[in-house]
Amino acid sequence: MSDLRTELKQSIIEQLNLEELSIEEIDNDDSLFGDGLGLDSIDALELIVLLEKDYGIKLTDPNQGKEIFISINKMAEYIESHRTK
Amino acid sequence: MDRSKTYFITNSIRIKNEKFLQKKETILSFDPEISFPQFLKDSYKKLELNYPKYHKMDSLCKLGILGASLLLKNQNFTEDTALVFSNRSSSHDIDLKHQRSMENIVSPAVFVYTLPNIVLGEISIKYKLQSENVFFIEDKFNPDLLVDYSEGLLNSGKATSVVCGWLELKNDEYDVLLCLVSNNGKIPFTKVNLEELYRFENE
Amino acid sequence: MDILLQEDSIISPLGFSTSENIKAIKAGVSGLHFHENSRFLNGGFYAGIVDKSLLAEHFSKIGDSSKFTKLEQMMLLSIQSVLNNNQLDLSETGLVISSTKGNVDLLGDSRNFSKDRASLISLAKIIQDFFGFKLQPIIVSNACVSGGLAVAIAKRFIQVGKFTDAIVVAGDLVTDFVTSGFQSFQALSATPCKPFSKNRDGISLGEAAAAILVSRRERKANNISLVGDATVNDANHISGPSRTGEGLYKSIQLALKEAKLAALEIDYLSAHGTATLFNDEMEAIAFNRAGLEHVPVNSFKGFYGHTLGASALIETILTKHSLLNNELYPSLNFEELGVSKPINIIDKLEKRELKIALKTASGFGGCNLAMILKKAF
Repeated sequence: MSDLRTELKQSIIEQLNLEELSIEEIDNDDSLFGDGLGLDSIDALELIVLLEKDYGIKLTDPNQGKEIFISINKMAEYIESHRTK
Repeated sequence: MDRSKTYFITNSIRIKNEKFLQKKETILSFDPEISFPQFLKDSYKKLELNYPKYHKMDSLCKLGILGASLLLKNQNFTEDTALVFSNRSSSHDIDLKHQRSMENIVSPAVFVYTLPNIVLGEISIKYKLQSENVFFIEDKFNPDLLVDYSEGLLNSGKATSVVCGWLELKNDEYDVLLCLVSNNGKIPFTKVNLEELYRFENE
Repeated sequence: MDILLQEDSIISPLGFSTSENIKAIKAGVSGLHFHENSRFLNGGFYAGIVDKSLLAEHFSKIGDSSKFTKLEQMMLLSIQSVLNNNQLDLSETGLVISSTKGNVDLLGDSRNFSKDRASLISLAKIIQDFFGFKLQPIIVSNACVSGGLAVAIAKRFIQVGKFTDAIVVAGDLVTDFVTSGFQSFQALSATPCKPFSKNRDGISLGEAAAAILVSRRERKANNISLVGDATVNDANHISGPSRTGEGLYKSIQLALKEAKLAALEIDYLSAHGTATLFNDEMEAIAFNRAGLEHVPVNSFKGFYGHTLGASALIETILTKHSLLNNELYPSLNFEELGVSKPINIIDKLEKRELKIALKTASGFGGCNLAMILKKAF
């Protein structure tokens, strides 16, 4: 289970080009936007792409993202119950 | 309209052939064999930019940020410093990247850079410039256009200083000259002087 | 020195001249229709697309349509129509070209054209050579403010004496390149776009070309002049509009300052109004900060969709004709106001004495533009 979280951190760092950040520096409950990782609206769109590419989850309503992209834990929970690959 | 007066090239940065020149002096250079992505990465480290957003940018914006950070270091400039940029190939490299991705899944973080003027936004954000912006596409480096337009902005009071220049990138080949133009300096802001700064690194 | 906006032309799904376009607008006709596209789950999207065969038919009067791309045909036609009615010495007439992506569709399938044709440089060369302009063309590619900025650039160069007359031309296409990108931004509306409405859900894309003669030489009576213009960057985000409307607000202030006018004197406001949630909200905030909340305002995007680098030129031309005709054109597809600050949306065609108008636009990269048009009579 924790593997998915590590995998997520790794792909977020790669996909969003967070070069100066390492997996160890991201806590499972850190908020991804705002004061946490400081992601922005383009990052949010990239996370939608990531869900589709890596886990076969297609979000059609951008507002859905707000409830999923809260933290690594929240994302992992959503992926576990919705993944198609 | 105000009478035109003389402005000066307060500072200039040239980026070409794995080298950074300030005015005509080489201030940083890399092994000519270095790959372009590595050059962008190493330059960032060497210049100690400490600006994580840099890594998210496309190569054209990275070049612009590298140039601007050297150009504006230790300089006085106000938030109405205009940006007057030009190049030949617009956003060519990232356009191709987006085009290739269209077969599969398109990346919004790539698409957003498929406009040449995004670099003006990135520089404005980093240096808090709320000012006149324009991105011209020209067949080749055109000092006439840059001088005429920039002087127009300065003389009409639309800007108190200008960052103008050439920011070209095609197939990882780059050619950059950025100038800070203001009331201060020794080199008059003329077409001849601009041309000379550009030619200097072109043999 | 008065900078006059003279002969103009719009090539769009609404018609092949400015008068045809205005006739369609007055009749409430939209250029937005459903077009099939396999990128979309529901099989297609709403966009304003110029009919290829109709275009070729019009173009055949001035050239061989097989030798020119769709965009080239549209831009050449728009310039031809401006030149038809004016004796211009093309050895000293400026040419200012605006486009965000030009012939970018050739990057994919270049058909019988060379790949190089995709570049803006090639587009400019083709336009220059077709008519024989002698001066080097000036190309501006500054996202969605480009078409309006090109007019401001013409004015600025006329003021510094680079030329007396300039043809400003703008054009962009609905391509898979752009469509896929805006789709990845989840910015495309499922229905024809509804600027400033409560249930707006994004933009519709459109394609068009337009041209206008900008000059300080008076050719006929009853001119509209460009009396103030400014661009200000938000310095906030490269794709998201500023929450405070900072850059737009400041560009309006600077344009008013140059025009030596007050917000109270503006009779009509032609907004950008793309119908994304954040853009329209940002504009409403900026207009309120500038004291323009009572000024009749519209967005033409419901008619054309977002024509990118052409939009601000088309809308400048329509603004000019609003002033000349003393007519306010309704903001098509407007339903219930859906922005947090009050603005005065035009909901029906109205005759009214108009003297001064403000045209605004905003785009990716944080750019904003304001231009003030005034009756010079």
